[in-house]
Amino acid sequence: MAEPARARPKPTPETQHFWDGTQAGELRLQRCDACGNVYFPPRPFCPSCASRKISVFKASGKGKLYSYVINHRPAAPGFTPPYAIAVVELDEGPRMMSNIIDCPQTPEALELDMKLEVAFEKLDDKITLPMFRPAKG
Amino acid sequence: MRRNQVAVVGAAETTELGVIPNMSQIQLHADAALNAVADAGLKLSDIDGIATAVETPQQIAHYLGITPTWVDGTSVGGCSFMLHVRHAAAAIEAGLCKTVLITHAESGKSMIGKLPRSIPADSLQGQFEAPFGVYGPPSMFPIPVLRYMKTYGITHEQIAMVAVVQREWAAKNPRAMMKDPITVADVLNSRMIAYPFRLLQCCLVTDGGGALILTSADRARDFPKKSVYILGTGESVETPMVSQMETFNSSRAFKIAGPTAFREAGITHKDVDHLMIYDAFAHLPLYGLGDLGFMPHEETGKFIADGHTRPGGKLPLNTNGGGLSYMHSGMYGMYALQESVRQMRGIAPAQVKDAKISVCHGVGGMFAASGTIIFTNEK
Ligand SMILES: [Zn+2]
Repeated sequence: MAEPARARPKPTPETQHFWDGTQAGELRLQRCDACGNVYFPPRPFCPSCASRKISVFKASGKGKLYSYVINHRPAAPGFTPPYAIAVVELDEGPRMMSNIIDCPQTPEALELDMKLEVAFEKLDDKITLPMFRPAKG
Repeated sequence: MRRNQVAVVGAAETTELGVIPNMSQIQLHADAALNAVADAGLKLSDIDGIATAVETPQQIAHYLGITPTWVDGTSVGGCSFMLHVRHAAAAIEAGLCKTVLITHAESGKSMIGKLPRSIPADSLQGQFEAPFGVYGPPSMFPIPVLRYMKTYGITHEQIAMVAVVQREWAAKNPRAMMKDPITVADVLNSRMIAYPFRLLQCCLVTDGGGALILTSADRARDFPKKSVYILGTGESVETPMVSQMETFNSSRAFKIAGPTAFREAGITHKDVDHLMIYDAFAHLPLYGLGDLGFMPHEETGKFIADGHTRPGGKLPLNTNGGGLSYMHSGMYGMYALQESVRQMRGIAPAQVKDAKISVCHGVGGMFAASGTIIFTNEK
C-alpha cells in the first residue's frame, strides 16, 4: 500500500488563479481596485467594500511568523511529527496557513515575528503548495 | 429581547456520561430528552418546538415522535445550544411555539451512529488549511495561543493553572470524568499534543448528551422544579478558518456575543456570581475573561494563577470541571448550560452559595462562533 498522502487541495473557479500562480512560482493575492484592500483567501469581490472590480497581483512572498503549533499527535496523513503548522503574516497584510521548511521544528528555532520568505513545493503535476522558510539576510 | 420572559423549566444530562458503548448517538439524544421532559414533569406531546445541532431537527423530532411548529437546526459547533436558547427564547416571546426542547448528544468516544466529519478538498479549508497538516481540533485550536501569550505576557505556567483549578472543581463533581488532583508540573510534564499544549490542556473525549426545556416565564410556576430565567443573550460568528481570524489577540465572536448578552441583561461584571467559559483547550478561559470584559487580557493569566477562579475564589469559573475534566463529547456547550442551570437551581455538586446570576459563554469551531446566555434565579 502506498504511503498515506497529504491532503490535496482541489481548486475552484474562484481559486484557480492562486494555484496557477504557485505552479508558476508566484504567490498571487487579490487587491480591490475600488478601496485598495488586499485580501485572502481568493474570491472575485472585495470582502471589505463588496466591489467586484478586483485585480490579481504577484505578492512579494515576504512575511513574518504570526503564530504556530508544533503538532505531535495525531499527525495528519503524509506528515511526520513533530511538525509546525504556522500562520504567516504577509507583508501585504493578509495571513495564510503554511509550513516552515529549512528550519528545525522546535520552539527555539521558530521565533514569533521571524522573517520568512515563500518557497514552492510541488505536490504533484497539478498542485504546488506555498511554503515558507526563514528569510536569508 | 426582554429580560426574564422565558424560563428553563427542565434540564438534564444523559443517564450516564463518559464511555457509553451500549447506546448510539441518536439514542443518547433521546435519553437526554426523556430525562429533561421528566425533570419538567411534561410529556413529549407537550413539546411544540425543537432545536438540535449536528443531528437534524427532523431526525430527532421523528425519533422522539414530536410534531413541532418551530424548529432550529443552527449548527455552528459546540456553542450551538447557546444559540438555540437565544433563538428559542425569541420564538417563545413571539408566540411561534410554547415549549421548546433543545437536545445535544454525541457518541464522541464510542463513535456509534456518529456521522463522520470531513473537509471537502475544494472547500476553502480543504485548499488553504488541510494541506498544511491540520488534523482535528488539537492541531488547530491552539494555533493562536503563542501570539496571545507574547502580546500579553502570559506564561506557560499560568495557562497550566487553568487545568489545575478545573481539576479542583471536578473533584467536587461525582459525574466528572477526571477527579484526581493535578499540579502545574503534572500539566507541563504531560504528553505533548500540539506545542505549546500538552495532554492535560486539551479536552476529554467522551460520550454523553443533555437537553433543556424552555417555556414562557409566566407558566414557570406550573413546573415541579425551580425555574431559571433567561436574563440576557448574545451570539456571533467569525470564520471557520482559524488562520483567517481578524487577530489572535482576541476572538471577534466572543467580543460580540458576550457584551451583547451583558447589555441585554442590564448587569455589570460585578453582578456575576458564577461563570462558565467553554474550555475545549486551556487558553479559552483567558480569551473569555478578556473578551467578555471581566479584565484586560494582560491580567487573565495572573487572575487564574492567583486562584480567583478556584473553589472559594471571588469568580467561580467552570464549576463542573469543564471540558478539561468534567466531560467533552465534541460539542460541550450543552454541559456548560446544564451546570449554569444547576447552579441557579441551587443543586450543583459544587454549589456556589447564594449565586443569583450565572454567565454561560460558549465557543463553536476554532473561535468560529460564539454564544452567551445569562441566567438568573430571581424574576
Ligand atoms: Zn474594496
